[in-house]
Amino acid sequence: MKLQKIVIIGNGMVGHEFIRQMLIQPSVSQFTMTTISSEPRLAYDRVQLSSFFSGTPVKKLMLTDENYYKENNVNFILNEKVIAIDKDKKRVYTTSGLCEVYDKLILATGSYPFVPPIAGNDQPHCLVYRTIEDLERIKVSAEFSKIGVVVGGGLLGLEAANALKNLGLETHVVEFAPQLMAIQLDESGSALLKRKIEALGVSIHIDKSTKDISTGTNARYRMMFTDGSHLETDMIVFSAGIRPYDELARSCALEIGERGGIAINNVCQTSDPNIYAIGECALWNKKIFGLVAPGYQMARVAVSHITGGNEQFSGADMSTKLKLLGVQVGSIGDAHGHTTGAQCYSFCDETEQVYKRLVVSGSGKKLLGAILVGDTEDYSNLLQLYLNGIDLPQSPEQLLIPSHDLNSAPVLGVDALPESAQLCTCYSVSKGDIQQAVLQGCCDMAAIKSSTSASTGCGGCSALVKQVMDSELTKQGITVNNHLCEHFSYTRQALVDIIRIQKIKTFDSLLEKYGKGLGCDICKPTVASILSSYWNEYILKKEHVGLQDTNDAFLANLQKNGSYSVVPRIPGGEITPDKLIAIGNVAKQFNLYTKITGGQRIDLFGAALHQLPEIWKQLIDAGFETGHAYGKAMRTVKSCVGTNWCRYGVQDSTSMAIAIEDRYKGLRSPHKIKMAVSGCTRECAEAQSKDIGVIATEKGWNLYVGGNGGMRPRHATLFASDLDNQTLICYIDRILMFYIRTADRLQRTSVWLENMEGGIDYLRSVVVEDKLGICDVLEQEMVDCIANYQCEWRTTLENPERLKRFRHFINSDQPDSNLIYSTERDQIKPMAIEH
Amino acid sequence: MSRLQTTSLIDHDMTDCLLNKTHQTWGYLCEFNDIPPNSGICVSYQNQQIALFNVNTIKKVYAVSNYDPIGKANVISRGIIGTINEQLVVASPLFKQHFNLKTGICIENPKVCLNIYAIRVYSNAVWIKKYP
Ligand SMILES: Cc1cc2nc3c(=O)[nH]c(=O)nc-3n(C[C@H](O)[C@H](O)[C@H](O)COP(=O)(O)OP(=O)(O)OC[C@H]3O[C@@H](n4cnc5c(N)ncnc54)[C@H](O)[C@@H]3O)c2cc1C
Ligand code: FES
Repeated sequence: MKLQKIVIIGNGMVGHEFIRQMLIQPSVSQFTMTTISSEPRLAYDRVQLSSFFSGTPVKKLMLTDENYYKENNVNFILNEKVIAIDKDKKRVYTTSGLCEVYDKLILATGSYPFVPPIAGNDQPHCLVYRTIEDLERIKVSAEFSKIGVVVGGGLLGLEAANALKNLGLETHVVEFAPQLMAIQLDESGSALLKRKIEALGVSIHIDKSTKDISTGTNARYRMMFTDGSHLETDMIVFSAGIRPYDELARSCALEIGERGGIAINNVCQTSDPNIYAIGECALWNKKIFGLVAPGYQMARVAVSHITGGNEQFSGADMSTKLKLLGVQVGSIGDAHGHTTGAQCYSFCDETEQVYKRLVVSGSGKKLLGAILVGDTEDYSNLLQLYLNGIDLPQSPEQLLIPSHDLNSAPVLGVDALPESAQLCTCYSVSKGDIQQAVLQGCCDMAAIKSSTSASTGCGGCSALVKQVMDSELTKQGITVNNHLCEHFSYTRQALVDIIRIQKIKTFDSLLEKYGKGLGCDICKPTVASILSSYWNEYILKKEHVGLQDTNDAFLANLQKNGSYSVVPRIPGGEITPDKLIAIGNVAKQFNLYTKITGGQRIDLFGAALHQLPEIWKQLIDAGFETGHAYGKAMRTVKSCVGTNWCRYGVQDSTSMAIAIEDRYKGLRSPHKIKMAVSGCTRECAEAQSKDIGVIATEKGWNLYVGGNGGMRPRHATLFASDLDNQTLICYIDRILMFYIRTADRLQRTSVWLENMEGGIDYLRSVVVEDKLGICDVLEQEMVDCIANYQCEWRTTLENPERLKRFRHFINSDQPDSNLIYSTERDQIKPMAIEH
Repeated sequence: MSRLQTTSLIDHDMTDCLLNKTHQTWGYLCEFNDIPPNSGICVSYQNQQIALFNVNTIKKVYAVSNYDPIGKANVISRGIIGTINEQLVVASPLFKQHFNLKTGICIENPKVCLNIYAIRVYSNAVWIKKYP
């Protein structure tokens, strides 16, 4: 059979989603695909575009990569614009003269920013906000500017204003209409939003129409307004709405809407049945959808139609929830109450700066729309009420009153939702889909995410998805058994609380009161770790020694042949020549295999158990401390040389790394913790691959959390920017103690963060805003733990009783005859011994 | 290499000890206090490496061979002891397989087992049963 040829014009978010959807169709082998894009790279996450300014590398914004396309035989042509379509011959032509033949053509050309026709709008520092290249331009321009203006006070305009503010500019927003976000908010909501944004130092000028842009006297440009006033600025970002890229369709006489947009039917076909339009360039029912979720739906519908399915596009919900310049804003359905007979309730709390409005049907039974400013906690609940047409409670105004009790029942239980309720709008995942996934064995968020994609887009739905998952698990009688092990019917978190609050100091007393049996190699090390995190006693004390995991038990890392490796602490990776020589001498004397580690330390291998004390005596005499390489504990803080030596450094990263390492060294935690401090954004210390990463900025430090190398690499997430030294340490204290308090056994910070309901925003609310009111306690716990720090090897050497264990045989001085070595590259290497 | 083999198991109660001819039937290993509570050590006996565990919670001492047949190293004495489904076990410190302390059998792979030895604790010392 001849293969059907599909050509996709535009490889933006929706074009890519079309391809991704095609590739998972059973009939994909009957098609070939070619995509042509005028951007220089494959699709990236435009929704997260602004995170480019907070340091997210382009690589992380990418939705796909060239290998994926190549592996799946999808041809791609980048940096090429399609300039003509020949509908009859079914061909498209590009700027450089390429010609592609198609059977089906997909227009996924998106839209472009509308720049109002103002004289002088084409000057070098007049920019737009749509692509990575746009943002690069803005970044460069900002370096040569002090003041920045955003023209347009809508959603995107405010996002752009946030970016300018973060780039350090004095920021202004100029809005033509008498209010901000006129589409989503009413007058009161938008007035509150304006006040809040102004309080953050961004000036808002409403009701201003710009006449022209000329040369300024104090700044680069002067914007003249029609009312005679003016504003001087060094740069301008236009964000006055978007326009569909439809000129291509226009030129080949496809049907176009009155005000632009390529008209499509319910299966996304244009007026030519072989040509489809999807995403922001498409006009359905006289409407353009400027959000990504409807675009994804169109992509699925088009794929379905082409492969013989029968999905239909039936419009999309345009409700939105977002954080603009730090202000929470939500808008649902008919926010303005245009529906006939609509009535509304509103709530305004001037002290807390919260505004909420509900629009309900004439009968008072159904929710038609809502506006939330300052507090969007109820957004998901309201959205579900609205989307599913669920009957409202007797007195709907209840829904407006803020719930102060964190544990109070949600207004709407997830059980009340119909199966068809769409929980994740980004990926069209319904309640039924989640139930299905649970039936098929998914029982944690990670599994749900990978099997349904739910919560992997904007993440806004994660709390709701988790509730549905939990409720479903309970219903199916799958008790989510997260008991630590057969000896403790508690989660690790519950045990932490018990130990912390009851001040329990030993495993035996915990077991006696809260456990059963003798314990095992799961609960013993877990409890040992918790005890150590809170009381930080010497881990080889009689009552603790039997609990310690393999490496902790002998304060060294067990290797495959039964020998150990030794890692002295080298804070920040800084070491004097004398100390290097001391390590060298020890290694030489004991004939240890020597290797540099990834954490900027030196690992000495092949020490027999009985040699450990002597080795450590020499190391401690030379000024070293234990490196805790054997513990699930804070291990290393890697660093670069920073301002002291580096031509590019902007902060003293080495001193900071040493200070951090000194503060947290040996802190026992659910899993090992690695950290790094980089002296500039070149990131030589690879901080973004660490649990805690610190990167210097001109103004202070950016703090990253949850990075991971190893088996499942993950880039750390930016937690806070431009912190001073004190705040940085304070946040790290809190984050670490919160991690210790709430993580599962052996859960790295990356997975902990991924599984956290509400993710990084929630963590921020706990650590920065102190939402749980526990920050003081967390800090105190850290202080207590630090106060009890000791070098475990020093303590061990001071006590002859303890040293007894460091012999292979209790009744003989003979070493283990199994430790036999050969030589490779002038160093020892274990030889296997068969018994 | 010859190894001690036991087929039947004697219950090793510390308080119940043999008084007769101790030195003929039982060989001295070490002081009881040499084994930290709920933990293990390794003794050398007639060229064998034997792991001794002091299961303090139930007041018993167990002995198995110190060689981990899966990890292929002499490390069993350094494992954590505990129970799995009521079976008393030691977890290999290398790859965490569990061996039943009473039978020596590996829970994860019953084809693999440790040698077991009969043990007495008497007058604060640990003794191993001698074989002809
Ligand atoms: C800063 C910002 C923040 C946003 N935030 C959100 C949000 O929070 N939530 C949300 O839902 N949406 C948001 N959006 C909107 C969202 O990004 C768009 O809805 C989505 O990207 C539309 O996808 P698309 O594929 O239709 O268009 P695009 O992603 O724009 O892709 C179209 C591609 O086609 C290319 N192209 C156009 N014409 C041609 C041609 N003739 N030949 C070849 N290639 C061509 C373009 O260069 C472009 O690469 C945001 C947008 C921006 C800019
Ligand atoms: S709604 Fe965006 S990820 Fe689910």
